[in-house]
Amino acid sequence: MAVELSFSKEIANMMYATHGNPITNCLQCGTCSGTCPAAEFMDHTPRVMIGMIGADLKDEVLASNTYWTCASCYHCTVRCPAGIDIADMMYALKRYSMWKSRYKEDLIGPDFSEGFVKMIVNSGKSFEPILATTYLPKFSASQLVQEALTATGLVLKGKMPLLPKKIKRLKNFQRMVKRIIPLGGSS
Amino acid sequence: MKQYAYYPGCSLESLAKDYQLSTKEVARALDLELKEIEDWNCCGATAYFPVDEMLAYTLVARNLAIAEKTGLTDFVAPCSACFKNAYYTNAYLKKDPDLAEHINFALEEDHLHVDGKLNVRHLIEVILEDVGLEEIKTKAVHPLKGLRVAPYYGCQLLRPRKDHENVENPRFFEELLSAIGAEPLEYSSKARCCGASLIITNRRAALEMVRILLKDAIDHEADVIATTCPMCNVNLEVYQNQVNQEFGTQYSIPVMYFTQLMGMALNIPSRRLGITKEPVPKAQVPVPS
Ligand code: SF4
Ligand code: SF4
Repeated sequence: MAVELSFSKEIANMMYATHGNPITNCLQCGTCSGTCPAAEFMDHTPRVMIGMIGADLKDEVLASNTYWTCASCYHCTVRCPAGIDIADMMYALKRYSMWKSRYKEDLIGPDFSEGFVKMIVNSGKSFEPILATTYLPKFSASQLVQEALTATGLVLKGKMPLLPKKIKRLKNFQRMVKRIIPLGGSS
Repeated sequence: MKQYAYYPGCSLESLAKDYQLSTKEVARALDLELKEIEDWNCCGATAYFPVDEMLAYTLVARNLAIAEKTGLTDFVAPCSACFKNAYYTNAYLKKDPDLAEHINFALEEDHLHVDGKLNVRHLIEVILEDVGLEEIKTKAVHPLKGLRVAPYYGCQLLRPRKDHENVENPRFFEELLSAIGAEPLEYSSKARCCGASLIITNRRAALEMVRILLKDAIDHEADVIATTCPMCNVNLEVYQNQVNQEFGTQYSIPVMYFTQLMGMALNIPSRRLGITKEPVPKAQVPVPS
């Protein structure tokens, strides 16, 4: 008979796959929250987020913007006295929320990540202007204008090429990707 | 001449062409032979990990495998995000045979194999460790006298490495700047995050993070901010206008790659370094170039 895993175990399993990350050792000391440069924009600070996972508050975690507001700066990770890689945990939460297709509305992060991966699977390389089209619909009109201005500024500065490159052995590359994601879920 | 497997990364072909130009010029002047690996792919920056962890490692591993095939021992990346991805993927492959087996199964499709046996290094480390401060000093025939430079380390050049000499208060960037005759300034935000891809996914948060950095450098009377990463450079340079719009500030400060400043000191013409406007010390009459 299948035993259902608790939410905290599910999250732990998403990291133990490649290298251990002892999130259950959290001391709730708050060093991570005090360090985090993005904390003021998060619904829950990193310390609270870890506490919520420990308490199996799955719905609350999935409704939080916290991990999508993490910039992966790893400052919390190098300071945590319990040796927890908090930045890696934030990635695991992003994956979990993508996998379940459940995230707070109005977030750009999930579409951005998905668009980015699609672009790379299609060409082997990343290219900012093409990438832009994958997330622009979510921007408000004023942001669109700002974005266009920024992009133009970049073009004027000669910083953007007009055509994306592709890698040469793209077919091999795509078959390689299929061996990792057999259903082609991301392509 | 020492040879390196060079991985430029996507940004150096688009947004950061000036970093690519200045890297090549400086390497040549310092007798470092950067051999670009063939048919490399995007390392994913920070965008693969939210989607699939194994895919993220595999895509980075393909580049490592291509580099291993060359027989060179050192893998060099000028972008901090590329560096961090390669450094950790290499380390995990070396210590986790199951991960390596899984990834090698996928790499077979491109006739590649990876062992995780490279020394993965950031360009600035290669320059500091393999060329050394003394030699840089000797070759800097046009020292950047009086130029106040804010060394900006950012995040992934240092973290999450815990073995690094001093992750919280590193000094190597300052030493490099002193060696080329510039004046490195002390300011507390040198390793604070620039917001990275939040500039796209959470603009308000990233602009605030950029604002704090610009303010700190400008309050300390920096003439220029020096970076080691395309993402940091773009966030700090291109988004200054938006910071000003958002916060009513009037910040205007040049942001340059450390290789561009080095190139100036090595007396390489600005044009070949992708420099459109040379920074000048505010405190004194500009030195004619
Ligand atoms: S710094 Fe580490 S131990 Fe302290 S609250 Fe954060 S995760 Fe828990
Ligand atoms: S890695 Fe994320 S959670 Fe940790 S300090 Fe940086 S932004 Fe905050």
